[in-house]
Amino acid sequence: MRNEASDVLNQFLQGDVDAFEELFRQHQRAVYGWILRITRDPATAEELTVETFWRIHRARARFDPAQGFEGWARRIATRAALDWLRASRTKYELSLEDCAEAAAPAPADPAVTAEIRMKTAQAFGRLPLKLRIAATLAVIEELPHKEVAAALGISITAVKVRVFRAMRLLRNDLEEQGITP
Amino acid sequence: MNTHDEEHMKKLLRQALPPVKSDAGPERDLWPAVLRRLDAETASSGWAGFNSAWFDGALLAGLVGLVSIFPSAIPVFLYYL
Repeated sequence: MRNEASDVLNQFLQGDVDAFEELFRQHQRAVYGWILRITRDPATAEELTVETFWRIHRARARFDPAQGFEGWARRIATRAALDWLRASRTKYELSLEDCAEAAAPAPADPAVTAEIRMKTAQAFGRLPLKLRIAATLAVIEELPHKEVAAALGISITAVKVRVFRAMRLLRNDLEEQGITP
Repeated sequence: MNTHDEEHMKKLLRQALPPVKSDAGPERDLWPAVLRRLDAETASSGWAGFNSAWFDGALLAGLVGLVSIFPSAIPVFLYYL
């Protein structure tokens, strides 16, 4: 089984399209899910999954099989999503607002009204990209800091610092709008 | 901001933007789109190769033409090679 996987990776490195398709079939769901967590828009996630696998194919000469395909694919997917976030700010902000609108009120905390949720989502969309993506993965998606650090290519401490700064900026933004979180 | 405030903000953020379902998958097969993208790349790189070959040929033809009209220019070309 391990040898089979290693064969597929070696064939992929040599440019074999069938091996690439096999890797695509194995990992497309994980890559799509990862991008969806960042962009929160299914159509965009599909588009970026295609982009990610195209980038993977182009960069195959730099792939080190010892590092594992999944982590490498995730880093490329993260970069593709970051490029999209930089280029499509308005679309991303609208998708955040849609998510906030669709979010059901928490029964445990009725004080968090629809308006507060919407303003929080809008303020989140205004955060610097690096802080926003770290907070998206570590806070909203509750992924382990180690996983987030590996995907972003930074240290675990840097993830914690970015999350802390994101929360502080978010709170300041909401306070400026008269909302005391 | 203390730890309590940070945790409170995290909770508020999760209420505003709930996590995406982790089992979500694409609604269509994306492999044909990946193949189309790869084919487009191959076609464009082939076109670039053709363009560069055409340009090299034209440059060489121009040079040969120039040298046949002005043979005295040969030492000048050789000097700059």
